[in-house]
Amino acid sequence: MATRGPPGARPGMGNRFAQFKLVLLGESAVGKSSIVLRFVKDQFDSYRESTIGAAFLTQTIALDENTTVKFEIWDTAGQERYKSLAPMYYRNANCAVVVYDITQAASLDKAKSWVKELQRQANENIIIALAGNKLDLVQEQPDKRAIQTADAQAYAKEAGLLFFETSAKTAENVQNLFTEIAKKLPLDQVGPRHARPGQRPGVSLAPEGANTQVGGPCAC
Amino acid sequence: MDRDIEAGSNYSSNNIQNNESNTEAVDHVSPLPPRPSRKLSDDGASGALHVAAASKPTTQVSTIDISTLSFPDGSRGTFSTSATSATRSVASPQSSASGYTSPRTDPAETVSVASYPATLRPPGDLADLVTGEFNRRSRAWSMLRTQSSSVQPFEASRTGACDSLAGFEKEFDDIPELGEKGITDEQRLSLWKSKMKHYMILSSAGKPIWSRHGDTSLINSYMGVVQTIISFYEGAKDPLLGFTAGNARFVISTQGPLYFVAISRLGESDAQLRSQLDALYMQILSTLTLPTLKNIFAHRPSTDLRKPLEGTESLLSSLADSFTKGSPSALLGALECLRLRKSHRATINNAFLKCRSDKLLYGLIVAGGKLVSVIRPRKHSLHPSDLQLIFNMLFESGGIRAGGGENWVPLCLPAFNNRGYLYMYVSFFDSVDTAAAAAAAAEENNNSNNPEQPPQPPPPKPATSPDEEIAIILISADKESFFELKSMRDKLALQLAKNGSLQLIQSAARQRRPRIETILNTNNSQSTTTEGQIGQLSHFLYKSRANVQFCQSSLSPTFESPPRSSPSEKDSVSSQRKTEKLVSRRRLMTLYHHLHASIHAKHSHLKVLHLVSEDAASLAWITPVFEFYCVAGPNMSRGRYLRSGFGSWNEKWSILRLVAWLQLLKSGLVGCY
Repeated sequence: MATRGPPGARPGMGNRFAQFKLVLLGESAVGKSSIVLRFVKDQFDSYRESTIGAAFLTQTIALDENTTVKFEIWDTAGQERYKSLAPMYYRNANCAVVVYDITQAASLDKAKSWVKELQRQANENIIIALAGNKLDLVQEQPDKRAIQTADAQAYAKEAGLLFFETSAKTAENVQNLFTEIAKKLPLDQVGPRHARPGQRPGVSLAPEGANTQVGGPCAC
Repeated sequence: MDRDIEAGSNYSSNNIQNNESNTEAVDHVSPLPPRPSRKLSDDGASGALHVAAASKPTTQVSTIDISTLSFPDGSRGTFSTSATSATRSVASPQSSASGYTSPRTDPAETVSVASYPATLRPPGDLADLVTGEFNRRSRAWSMLRTQSSSVQPFEASRTGACDSLAGFEKEFDDIPELGEKGITDEQRLSLWKSKMKHYMILSSAGKPIWSRHGDTSLINSYMGVVQTIISFYEGAKDPLLGFTAGNARFVISTQGPLYFVAISRLGESDAQLRSQLDALYMQILSTLTLPTLKNIFAHRPSTDLRKPLEGTESLLSSLADSFTKGSPSALLGALECLRLRKSHRATINNAFLKCRSDKLLYGLIVAGGKLVSVIRPRKHSLHPSDLQLIFNMLFESGGIRAGGGENWVPLCLPAFNNRGYLYMYVSFFDSVDTAAAAAAAAEENNNSNNPEQPPQPPPPKPATSPDEEIAIILISADKESFFELKSMRDKLALQLAKNGSLQLIQSAARQRRPRIETILNTNNSQSTTTEGQIGQLSHFLYKSRANVQFCQSSLSPTFESPPRSSPSEKDSVSSQRKTEKLVSRRRLMTLYHHLHASIHAKHSHLKVLHLVSEDAASLAWITPVFEFYCVAGPNMSRGRYLRSGFGSWNEKWSILRLVAWLQLLKSGLVGCY
């Protein structure tokens, strides 16, 4: 299980601390948020509503006695309308988890297109993991499976991805998934402490005057 | 031209006749078609009295004193100061019995009224109510009434449970899905038809977009019918606005390529239903923005909008459910604020402004759906309808709260600008990240050789119920500004924890809304009220028009399950009580909707409306400054209401005092920068 390191802990003598940006991508309703919730809080909620926009969470895991890895996780919404925002989340990502639903054939196609996009546009060295979620469903009813493990495995191998079938509900392979990602990350070169997206000129909303009015007439 | 249609007694009836409602003279009840099953209007002959102060003097042969005052807001300046009408002197055999003395016998009366803030000038509006002859009844009647005056509103229907709201507790149950075992299609259909409120959204091409109840297989055919009817009138350039079928009111709103339909058996007015439909439209715009919506349909009129809106169904549903349950915020078009001392709020506002990031457009602190603090640029205001959408997203639907992280949400605030997206940073407080913020700051201090700040102790137990959750909302126009707003939030959280504001907010949120007894008691320390005589007024709503804010008294115990009941108790008794309260809350809200509709009816020019039914007595009172609505048990007379209704405070104008108290609640809610 994850051991939550002290936030902002500094690497001590002989200890390594690394921080990485991770992004979750995939079709809507495949269980991205549930995987994150299982990883970060070890909880599961069967009636979860769709993510709106994106959620930002952090989790720290200890790889071994001397190595601590902190993940800064962007859990994105899977709906088509948010697609144009995705580059903002994967731009500086060190790793990505692309999730599909093993009971929905189309979700793997979507996952493949995300992988393609990441390989084309994200960091050159990005570590990508493919996660086939909802393993618990096919364990109950094997006929629900729409994507064979071997097929997905073959694809992952060919595309150079880590591969797991997971269940956010039973926690199967969730921790594993993140640990394996952490192991593949370049721990020697410490990740950016705060990978800030590049600044862009936006509308300036700077105040006209420095004085602040408090308790004045409300006109909202 | 507006068109109103009266149809027969079921949905599919084609007995349609047109009825130009707008041109009708507005009678004193409401300009709407009658709603026969409503109890309130049933006994209108005996009970419902509308008193329009403006019309009253014409019936009086009087020696009334007219004073003229002009008010800054340009309101009517003429009113009768002391009610010395001719009828008055003959009246009131009942006064002594009910402990009610007429104003003229009390020389201090005018003084006490005049000593209220200048904004409180209603004696003119209310004098007739207090002194008119409507209340003249025999001494025996009055004595009887003093015995029974403690009857709570809706008590009769609560015991009877056999009224129009009988099935309301099942209103929010899901309809079983197609193919669920043991359920036939007929059963599903009858469940669907049993719902008292329906909302539907469809495209003008007839494609279903969203419906509160029932899945596509169930409602597709009805959507088709709806589309046919609406299109027929659209085609005739004579848009259909609404019609009545049986006891259901249909209201239709057309927004470009979208049709919105509300079907209600809860007795709202057309205007109220239409504003609910507008809110649903705003929710859609908030997801898509207007140009996108237009584009979608310009290119392909037959587009299925469900795909672009995917994932927001729950937002539409929670919005719809809040209307069906009865939302004072939606009814009044105003926001509720958390009660805080002015100095405390100023502290919070100052901290907020101090931490402000350059990227920030709007910043809000919200506790349990009540505003705590807002900061905004001097030139931009924040519209209540936009805030309603945000609050719905955060507090009514679970999508954001459940995640437990920090959220970055692109959304369009249609009243602010319906053409583009803003980006909203949301984070709910919980002890973990507050502690983390404190630790991080302590660390920062250490690094910068500024060790004077000791690490903060962990804050008190975090709020748990949705009513107490505190959220920080930071809105920016820059989609890349997440981390800047995040660090602003961390700074702010630290500040608030450090200066104690966080605890203040938490305890204020826990305190819930004030009870009427408490308000009146604290307002007058020398009162000699005894338990049992007070609190005959059961609930009130007060809207400050200038601030677009409202406040209300506690809904408990009459309209709400007692607060802080442990969520773990799941026995049938408590759940039964819960549904009971749901129903009685809806009764209250139905009454408020009725009052609101009547007093805001076109051409009505009402200022004060007093309504008595066998269930409840209620009062609505509007001035340019505020709107006030209150409800009491059915035996409360108007005089008692206004003056002597609170036990032994004979000469205290209880409602007036209440309103005076409310007017002091001017909040320095908004900080501008």
